[in-house]
Parts: sequence; structure tokens; C-alpha cells
Amino acid sequence: MSVPTQRKLLAKPARTADKIFFAVAKAAGYSSFVIIGLILFFLSIRAWPAFERQNILEFAFGTGWDNTLDPAVFNIGPMLWGSLLIAAIGVVIAVPMAISIAYFIEFLAPKPIAKTATVIVDLLAAIPSVVLGLWGLGVFTPVGAHWAQMLGDALGGFIPFLSNDTGTYLRSPFIASIVVAVMIVPLISSVTREIFSQVDKEIIKGALALGGTRESVLRRVILPTSAGGILGGVLLALGRAMGETVAIFFVLNLVFDEYNWFNLLEPQGGAIASLILARFGEATPEEVEALLAAGVVLFVITLIINAIASYIVQKAQPWRRD
Amino acid sequence: MANFHLEAKDVNVWFGARHVLKNVNLQFPENQVTALIGPSGCGKSTFIRTLNRMHELIPGAGFAGEVLLDGKDIYGEAVDPVDVRIKIGMVFQKPNPFPTMSIKENVISGLKLSGISRPDAGDLVEQSLVRASMWNEVKDRLNDPAISLSGGQQQRLCIARSLAMDPDVLLMDEPCSALDPGSTRRIEETILELKESMTIVIVTHNMQQAQRISDRTAFFLAEDNTPGHVVEFGETQQIFYGPIDPRTNEYVNGRFG
Repeated sequence: MSVPTQRKLLAKPARTADKIFFAVAKAAGYSSFVIIGLILFFLSIRAWPAFERQNILEFAFGTGWDNTLDPAVFNIGPMLWGSLLIAAIGVVIAVPMAISIAYFIEFLAPKPIAKTATVIVDLLAAIPSVVLGLWGLGVFTPVGAHWAQMLGDALGGFIPFLSNDTGTYLRSPFIASIVVAVMIVPLISSVTREIFSQVDKEIIKGALALGGTRESVLRRVILPTSAGGILGGVLLALGRAMGETVAIFFVLNLVFDEYNWFNLLEPQGGAIASLILARFGEATPEEVEALLAAGVVLFVITLIINAIASYIVQKAQPWRRD
Repeated sequence: MANFHLEAKDVNVWFGARHVLKNVNLQFPENQVTALIGPSGCGKSTFIRTLNRMHELIPGAGFAGEVLLDGKDIYGEAVDPVDVRIKIGMVFQKPNPFPTMSIKENVISGLKLSGISRPDAGDLVEQSLVRASMWNEVKDRLNDPAISLSGGQQQRLCIARSLAMDPDVLLMDEPCSALDPGSTRRIEETILELKESMTIVIVTHNMQQAQRISDRTAFFLAEDNTPGHVVEFGETQQIFYGPIDPRTNEYVNGRFG
């Protein structure tokens, strides 16, 4: 017996309203690719002379930034490393705090307190970074320096990260990291809270019924189940921390000609975004190109981090794959 | 007077100001299956949760009365609810294996969660899966993710997971309501095997199931916004074929609920 010919199905919208809606949604969806592409493209064009003048590897990893020399030297190595270091330490400080906050709001707090806490944490995310920078400079820096000194005195002798021979504990990567941590805690905790709220309550009940404690259920069931999502939030925050400009500019001593690999408490560090802010106002034309090139490097690194983030989020949750 | 393994004395439960269970007195003899039946909202699921202190995890839950396991009150002041739940296992309505763990890891997850270490964890995996009658189906794929199993297998894995804790009592809250008839039959067979070594309490909406597997049956009812209570409790045969209370008669014969 023969099979009837296939009939045309309505895979595409037929109604005018649907057509318009589809077109708008499609345009909005594709525009994100186009916009990112265009930004990168035009930034690169403006920065191109800087890349022509010197090897990109030397630019990215070499040391020194000085427009008074002849020829001028523009290298962002210490800034690039500083961005990564400060962002990483900031994340290390912020993650346990953010997860604890999210756990409290989602699983422990009575409803009214949970709601209030949610609003307050989200408000923290809304503080303009220049305000946080001023807070960091005017209020936190002396306190942070005091903490740093205690840390250094107590542990600096045997933990190289915490040694400091410069005599001052101000304007260090340590202080910048804490300011960055304050900025990204709300970001990570609101992502984590969202992920926690999606964890199947039946699984949690099952774990408690097996004799799980609050702590072991969090560690063995809730966190593994939400790891991918939380990691996504953390990397999102890492991207934010890498790009942070003003707040770090206020509290960190930028040192261009020397890497500060790991002396967290010493008053020398770097951050690409803060470099751009610090130099842009009085830059020579040649220097502007180099600053734009630094922007390109920062942009590309942030893109890479985000790409890794979405890859990990997918890989880490095989059971969510459809 | 027979010695009851598990015994509920004047159990009352509140959620906030709402009184949901009133003066429930039930005795669960060792090596018997006791079925809890009744229409939705009669408090039978709430009651079974009081037997391993799971209901107190619900915010606003209140409790009065006693639950005695081997004569000792599990609500006693010195008793840690975690220890109670280790001795009194629970299987839920919806299969809830841990999605991040393999079949094997799920079986021994209770040990990890409660911090018990056992050197023979490998044997325990086999033993528990055998008791849950699924060893032959999964022995070659112990490291596969638990969620790769079918719904019925997942539920038996959850039973195996409880058995690995070597509980004295197994509480089952409508364990078959999400499963197909074949899986249901297999779980019923498992329950009949398990009762040789433990006390089982099962909530069920399925009258045939209650008759097939239980020795004793308790009929719960919550009438007109009054708290749920036990209308009748006795041998399963008697509850189904010679109920004393007319309401039990109506319910077991499918006239309401």
C-alpha cells in the first residue's frame, strides 16, 4: 500500500502578528552576535597601529608603561597579571560568603527574613562601583591595611604570599581583592540562590531521610547538583571582576614596570581597566592606541573566560542535557 | 500483650495553627506490613513522616505524643533526629535518586551522608541491590548514572539505598503511585521479602495493593475540616471484609475518597 504524500505543516508563523513578533525576536537574538563582533572589530581597528608597532606577545606580557621615553614603552604584562590575580583572589574570598548567603536565604531563613535579605543583597549589587571605590579608599583601606598587617605579622614569616618588606600595607592587591569581592558577592549569591531554588526538594528530603545532616546534605547533594550553575555564576563574576575599573583604581597602587606575582600585601599591583582609566586623560596619540590595544586584550580574555564558563556549565550537568 | 516494635501514642500534629492529626494510636509489630489508607488530605502521609521525624523539617510543624521504637521515645530530648532516620528508613512517592551519583554511589550515599564508614562498602552495594531485587539488572552497570534507570528501577534503587543503612523499620509513602503495573508488582514482591527482616509501614491509595501486601491496615479520615484521625485499625482481612465502622466500609468499597 502506498503512503500518502507528506503534507505541508505550519513550521513558520502564518499570522501577521506572529510574523512580526518572530522577526523582532530573531533580530534581537542575532544582534547580540553582531554587536559583540562590531565592538571587537572597531576596537581592533583603532588599536591596530599599536599591534603593528610591537609583537602582541611582548605587548601582553612585557613590562613597563612610559610615554616619556623615546621610543615610548607600552607593555601591559603586570597589569594583565594583576587583573587576573585580583579577580581570582576576589572570587576566592567571595564564593564561600556568597554560597553561605544563598544557603541561608534559600534553606534556613524564615520567609520574611529571606525576602528582606534577598532585596538587601540585590541592593548591594546596585551600588555604583565609584561609590564602592570611594568607600574602599576612605573607609575600608585603613581597616584592610590593619588586617593585612596582622596577617603579615602572624603568617608572613612562613607563607610567602603574605610577606611584606615595604613597610606599608596600603593600596595592595589584598585590599583591592576585598573591594572586588564585595562587588561580586551579590552577583554570585543571587545566581546561587536561583540554582539552589531549582534543586529538586525531593532529593533533599531523600538525603535527610537517609540520615544526612544539614552540612552533609549541602556538601554531598545540593552543591554537586548545583555545581555547574554556581560555576557559571562564579565565572560571570570573574568577568565582572576582571573588568572592574574605578573601584580598583581608588585602592590599588599601579606599578607598570615590575610584576607583583604573588605578594598580596605589598602596595603594588595592576589591573588593565584601571590602567586605561589612569592613563587615558593625558595620553599621547600613540599611547591611546596602546590603551585601546589593552582594551582589546581585556575584551578577548573576558570572552574566553565566558566561553569556558558556558562550556563547563554544560559539561558539569550531564543529567540536564536534553 | 505482644511486644510492638514501633508504636505511636497519642500522636498529634499541627502545621502552624492548623491541627492536622489528632490522637493517633497505632502499633506496628515486627515482621509485619502495616498499610495506612484513607482519602487525600486525611493526614496519613503526615503521620508516616512523624515516624522518622521528617515532618519537623516543614516550617511551622508542631507535634505532641510519643513514637516508641523498641520502647524508646524517638522524640526524647537526648535523641538526635539524624540517628532516628538512620534506624527508620523512608522511601518516597516519587523516585528520588541523587542525579549526580552513579548507581553504586547512590546505594552507599546514606553512609556518606551520615558519616558512617564501613570497610565492606563493596559487599554492601551487592547485598542491598540483591535485597531490593535488582542486582541482576544493574550488576554490569554499577557506575552508570542513577538517572539512566527506568522509573521503576529508580524506585528500587531508592529502596536499596535505604536498605544499605540496615534500618529496623522501612516507611514507604505511596512508593508505587508513580510506577507502571509491572514495576509495582516487583516492588510488592520485594516488600513481602523484606518484611521477613524488618517492620514495614506503607501509605497507599491502592486498595488492592493494601490487601495484597499488608497484614494490618489503618483507615485514616479527616471529616469536614476536623483533624485527621484513625477511624479503624485491625487485620487487613477484617478491615476489608468485615469493617466495623460504616465509614470504613464505604471507603474500602470505593464509595468515596
